Amino acid sequence: MNDMSPDRAERSEKLNGLGCSRKRVEDARFTQGKGNYVDDIKLDGMLSGDFVRSPYAHAKVVNISTEKALEVPGVLAVLTATDLEPLNLHWMPTLAGDKQMVLADGKVLFQGQEVAFVVATDRFAAADGVEAVDVEYEELPVLTDPFEALKSDIVLREDLEKGADGAHGPRKHHNHIFTWEAGDKDATEQVLSHSDVVAEEMVYYHRTHPCPLETCGCVASMDKVNGKLTLWGTFQAPHAIRTVVSLISGIEEHNIRIVSPDIGGGFGNKVGAYPGYVCSVVASIVTGKPVKWIEDRMDNLMATAFARDYWMQGKIAATKEGKITGLWCHTTADHGGFDACADPSKFPAGFMSICTGSYDIPTAYLAVDGVYTNKAPGGVAYRCSFRVTEAAYFVERMMEVLAIELNMDAAELRRINFIRKDQFPYQSALGWEYDSGDYHAAWDKALAAVDYAGLRREQAERIEAFKAGHTRKLLGIGLTHFTEIVGAGPVKNCDILGLGMFDSCEIRIHPTGSALARIGAISQGQGHATTFAQILASEIGLPAESITVEQGDTDTAPYGLGTYGSRSTPVSGAATALAGRKIRAKAQMIAAYLLEVHDDDVEFDVDRFVVKGAPERFKTMKEIAFAAYNQAVPGIEPGLEAVSYYDPPNMTYPFGAYICVMEIDVDTGEHDIRQFYALDDCGTRINPMIIEGQVHGGLTEALAIAMGQEIAYDDMGNVKTGTLMDFFLPTVCETPHYTTDYTTTPSPHHPIGAKGVGESPNVGGVPAFSNAVHDAFRAFGLRQSHMPHDQWRVWKIANDLGLHN
Amino acid sequence: MIPAAFEYYRPRDISSAVSLLDQFGDEARVIAGGHSLIPMMKLRMADVPHLVDLQDLDELSGIEVGDTIKIGAMTTQYEMINDDDLADVAPILREAALQIADPQVRYMGTIGGNVANGDPGNDLPGLMQCLDAVYSVVSSDGKRTIPAREFYKAAFSTARKDTEILTSVSFCAPKGGCAYVKQKRKIGDYATAAAAVQIERQGDRCTAASIAMTNLSDIPVWSEAAASALLDTGVDEGAVKSAVSGMLGDIDPAEDNRGPVAFKRHVAGVILTRAISSAWARA
Amino acid sequence: MSKQQQYRIKVNGQEETITAEPRELLIYTLREHLNLTGPHIGCETSHCGACTVTMNRKSVKACTVFIAQADGAEITTIEGLGDPDVLHPLQEAFREHHGLQCGYCTPGMITRAARLLEENPDPTDEDIRFGMAGNLCRCTGYQNIVKSIKAAARTMNETREAAE
Repeated sequence: MNDMSPDRAERSEKLNGLGCSRKRVEDARFTQGKGNYVDDIKLDGMLSGDFVRSPYAHAKVVNISTEKALEVPGVLAVLTATDLEPLNLHWMPTLAGDKQMVLADGKVLFQGQEVAFVVATDRFAAADGVEAVDVEYEELPVLTDPFEALKSDIVLREDLEKGADGAHGPRKHHNHIFTWEAGDKDATEQVLSHSDVVAEEMVYYHRTHPCPLETCGCVASMDKVNGKLTLWGTFQAPHAIRTVVSLISGIEEHNIRIVSPDIGGGFGNKVGAYPGYVCSVVASIVTGKPVKWIEDRMDNLMATAFARDYWMQGKIAATKEGKITGLWCHTTADHGGFDACADPSKFPAGFMSICTGSYDIPTAYLAVDGVYTNKAPGGVAYRCSFRVTEAAYFVERMMEVLAIELNMDAAELRRINFIRKDQFPYQSALGWEYDSGDYHAAWDKALAAVDYAGLRREQAERIEAFKAGHTRKLLGIGLTHFTEIVGAGPVKNCDILGLGMFDSCEIRIHPTGSALARIGAISQGQGHATTFAQILASEIGLPAESITVEQGDTDTAPYGLGTYGSRSTPVSGAATALAGRKIRAKAQMIAAYLLEVHDDDVEFDVDRFVVKGAPERFKTMKEIAFAAYNQAVPGIEPGLEAVSYYDPPNMTYPFGAYICVMEIDVDTGEHDIRQFYALDDCGTRINPMIIEGQVHGGLTEALAIAMGQEIAYDDMGNVKTGTLMDFFLPTVCETPHYTTDYTTTPSPHHPIGAKGVGESPNVGGVPAFSNAVHDAFRAFGLRQSHMPHDQWRVWKIANDLGLHN
Repeated sequence: MIPAAFEYYRPRDISSAVSLLDQFGDEARVIAGGHSLIPMMKLRMADVPHLVDLQDLDELSGIEVGDTIKIGAMTTQYEMINDDDLADVAPILREAALQIADPQVRYMGTIGGNVANGDPGNDLPGLMQCLDAVYSVVSSDGKRTIPAREFYKAAFSTARKDTEILTSVSFCAPKGGCAYVKQKRKIGDYATAAAAVQIERQGDRCTAASIAMTNLSDIPVWSEAAASALLDTGVDEGAVKSAVSGMLGDIDPAEDNRGPVAFKRHVAGVILTRAISSAWARA
Repeated sequence: MSKQQQYRIKVNGQEETITAEPRELLIYTLREHLNLTGPHIGCETSHCGACTVTMNRKSVKACTVFIAQADGAEITTIEGLGDPDVLHPLQEAFREHHGLQCGYCTPGMITRAARLLEENPDPTDEDIRFGMAGNLCRCTGYQNIVKSIKAAARTMNETREAAE
């Protein structure tokens, strides 16, 4: 049997493990139209639910008349808050410690709010029923500006007890939600008043929306015979949803099964719990039939989970040589009508305190005030880890503003302020311990790759040509060096609704040497089934092709907090590696027994255990797997299975250097991205092909956000961007070609050194695009202009600077 | 997004179609490609109890190319783009049609639907005004023609009566040089501003000009003032500036998500300048 | 509600009789009557292309076509493009070049690309971008989609040349 063994490299290659660009196992079904998304689910007798939504942003609900709707053929029921109240389900808890109306309880607080739920035999009848529900409103004055809201006499949330603390401490005003602080206020103010230079600016990160191509939805099926509720849905965190459903419905958790089938993109939109889920469950309980609810695109953009909407007032202080001495930030956060942010409980402003970025800033202070307005609730981590994109945008804009103040080159200013390689692990002024990094190496590589000096020369020539009237196009060079904080997170300070943010993996090795791994994370396109098998292949020495990865079914998957905040690889990936190591530890004992040597005398070698010093004596993992089931090994249980729950000791800190070169037509406000270079350091690279794909996608979402993707309201609180006609999603024609690059600085505390990458390009991309716009106009006196940089706003910059005269 | 219920008819000939319109009056709407009407129905912003589908009316299709060009109302933008004879005689049609929406929509969207529904965002009405096209319409009272320049009354309101069907669009083979230049937020979008320009030249003098603007008022704007500013000039910078200023006197843009009025007026000038320059170079 | 009618369509080579209201959109007919759940619903206003199918040799957005309009039409969906044993070269190429992530836009994307390559078997990158402008993707940034389509075109042309 132990014939000639192939050489190690060849054996290793056969595993398709860590570091190779393995093709995705998901793709066979997706390319053939055989994915299984929630709207593909069809059950016998399934009903359809649809919402009556408020046309007003702030109004009393005087009366809801359902008679006509109940006469529509096919309509079976119309639920209102009055129907849900006896079940105590007319309100539900939010992830941020607030509560939110499931159906309008006497008033509405934003346009598109859920008012009544029509249940019908099919979606056509449901839509007709929605049209036939007659709601009488009495309009109330509308607050769409958070600064106004904090001064206004208008009370948005009469349900909250006056003067009582909120979930995050004292409330200063009836429209105030919380104040959250980090850093040293007094010390920072001292520094600001004693520094050579202080640059001050308001940086606004506008309200946007993740807008995955598949909207949110679910199918609820209450099996009254067995007392078991099954809920299929677009859930980025199925276990958390199970716990929430149990807590609010009173159904015991073992009688609830949550299934996330294939998810058509999430980007944070599918983390929260929405009224549609609650109403579908209630409707299924009431009717005894499965009930499907699928948002349409307008519902999605108007009502579920916006992102950002942060007004960040900043001050940055430095010596006249450009060494930063302090950073101060006060943020006014518009949370809409209910505080439904998806953040770890102790972090109502997420990880905004990563806003010192990649820089060694000795003193800093951050305060965030959350505010209620007449806008949709949400504030999700849209392709970022809990407000990290706001933080990165803030500090990367402040660096540009400081460079202007100092009349310095912005690349050089960054370089002299980077945290040095030898400072890691680095303790930031706002309380984080950065795990690892080599920012100078990444920066130098990036600047060299684009010929930064050459670009600046070209820009100077362009400015001269523009001034001489030879061209109407300016050249902007957008620089960004970002540091992310992902992989939430250590249970000691990270939880959602009290659930620690660990994650998990369970592995079963089958007798013939193939395996099933189940994880607590859930893919929305990231390709976990491919990459997690690669992690395992390298850990347990079985080919990735022989490992099935299952996710998303709470009846089978181990408990986990799901996928968002780039936490899959840092947390669930770590659990997977560690579960693999448990398998390997047992395999070592079996191998030693089979090879008749002591446990310590065998060592792991790619796909086998070999006797130390005698590599011709070995047992492959395949052989060991079989032995685990057919040999009585003394002192060892039969079988080969492992479970690992991983509580990360720290967050991981991916980083990157992005450079965008943009042409801007000052007369039309149009732009053309000539070059985009993205260097990412995400630690150990599991699958370069998938990393590159994540970077392309994240950059494109960053492009969208920076250049136009906005949820805009008018003064009456009407959503002006409710369809894809006006809500900007770039097509292939607006999207540039990206050049990707990397450095590798493994995380010292992660079992395989990986840091996560899915969100980096969005976090770093937004300031890169925005800085390019700003940089194009720097020579003409521009300091700060708010996103999105759509054509008319860019035109207005030029106009305000007198470039059209 | 589910439209309200409706009755559907697919007449085999024009007389059946017009008699349906006579029968139902303003409760009936004709549908060609449907890519303007169907989204409006799905959003329940258009109430259409009786929908009359024109797809089987063969007499509404086809492109005739001669001294006069006649394009059947049901001709799709895709067909216009791919008709080489048309492109030889009037390349401006292809140039403009390629700037409408996206490939899928152009397979379905028709010239008749684009010019008839009165959406100020549509591209072909302005072009048709520029080319001085006439629209043929038919009803149970017979046929008549309406010049494109007199067709548009207000947004979604035209000289076509509810009982009439637009059957074709005709115009003389364009002489000189033409250009259709459009600024939009992204591909597929309606114009922020667009300009259709036709210029004839003899030597270095402009002997004839026609200019129309898209989406800068509640109807397309054919600007005589703009065109006359170019006449008998060398289309130099001064003439172009006068043309722009003439055009600015005729447009009346409204603020929307594409931007405020001042921006639109400025862009209208830039786009017209570019369109004139391109048409002049081709003339 | 209006009266249900009978409609005949030929889908992926098979004659089908559908009983539905005229207002039923073709995408629902395909997905709910015929269980062809490859084409998806993304925007419902004809902007995203997730519902793209081929109808009478045209790429159309099935969310913006009534079943009544489609009566008599010949339709191909992603399910009709290849089978598990013999994938369409586009299906192969999208996998090979990582032209998809969440997979939601993919059926519409591939169906549109198939039609594009029928009309233009040797497209440039620019042709591909312009020809795919009606299909949105939120995951990939399109770079690998363009690459996949180009690779598929190459494969199809080589196969064609070999056959000639």
